[in-house]
Amino acid sequence: MDSLSLIGMVSIITAGITLAIGSIGPAFGEARAVAQALAAIAQQPDESATITRTLFVGLAMIESTAIYCFVLAMILVFANPFWNHFIGTAGG
Amino acid sequence: MMPISPDAWVLFRIGPFAVNATIVFTWVVMLILVAGSWLVTRRLSTGPEISRWQNLVEVLVTGMRDQIRAVSRQEPGVYLPFVGTLFLFIASSNLMAVVPGFSPPTGSLSTTTALAICVFIAVPAFGILRQGPLRYLRHYVRPTPLMLPFNIIGEVSRTVALAVRLYGNIMSGTVLVAILLSLVPFVFPILMQLLGMLTGMIQAYIFAVLAMVYIASAAQTSGGDAASAHGAAPGDAPRSAREPGRTAAPDA
Repeated sequence: MDSLSLIGMVSIITAGITLAIGSIGPAFGEARAVAQALAAIAQQPDESATITRTLFVGLAMIESTAIYCFVLAMILVFANPFWNHFIGTAGG
Repeated sequence: MMPISPDAWVLFRIGPFAVNATIVFTWVVMLILVAGSWLVTRRLSTGPEISRWQNLVEVLVTGMRDQIRAVSRQEPGVYLPFVGTLFLFIASSNLMAVVPGFSPPTGSLSTTTALAICVFIAVPAFGILRQGPLRYLRHYVRPTPLMLPFNIIGEVSRTVALAVRLYGNIMSGTVLVAILLSLVPFVFPILMQLLGMLTGMIQAYIFAVLAMVYIASAAQTSGGDAASAHGAAPGDAPRSAREPGRTAAPDA
């Protein structure tokens, strides 16, 4: 198998695994955060403005790990530097 | 090839410079913001009759001031220009993603990195402005000098996180719509665009709030000593006095 098809295969498989694993962790984390925030709002409805604001900021920070994985997967699939390098050497 | 960044889309060239879509659409957003605020603030009135645009701008400004005050627990006057500009720019460029032919400049890693670097510079600037250089730099050796490298790594990594978070969210919206257009061309991409508008607003809010949190944590007179308790008390007292009114309003 030549290096180009190897790179393509490994990139696609890695992108899938990256997204799969990278979304499980943040999903659990966000679920915990939302559950805790809902419980807190149920206990103290007066503080719901503060809790919601903190929840959103926290969710964004948790979610950013998933976003990193997504960006990495997008780079692997659509803008793979190794793929481009070997395409360049094969073309000229 | 999927467009994962508007940087590669070159619109025209001025001499050796390739002017790409990111720059042009940034100019468009800037033009809209500047021209809009100039038109609105040209004739402001203090009387009971105000124009509807002045009402909109007043709602925006008071809302941002309230949010900054609630997040940082300090007076918002110093921070409003910087944080408010970040929010307005990101929010308007994200919202304009629904305009056909417009690709949001925040969907390019260059723009978001530039915004994150602004925050990276603004944090020590506000910190030094508030506390003086020596007191600010002492933060880096708290709690022990052993933590110095980790504090520096933390500052750099949160800047990278700010940039990649905004870029990833906006880019994912654009790419999702592009993929869906080839699969389900009708109706469904519109729903995804609606979701993208919501995500765009939330991301703009989060970027501004995170910038405010970083700046506030650098600018507050902190440390475990008596000065901190003393410094925090005047900020806290009016806030707790104001807070019942603020939280009571949504309930009523």
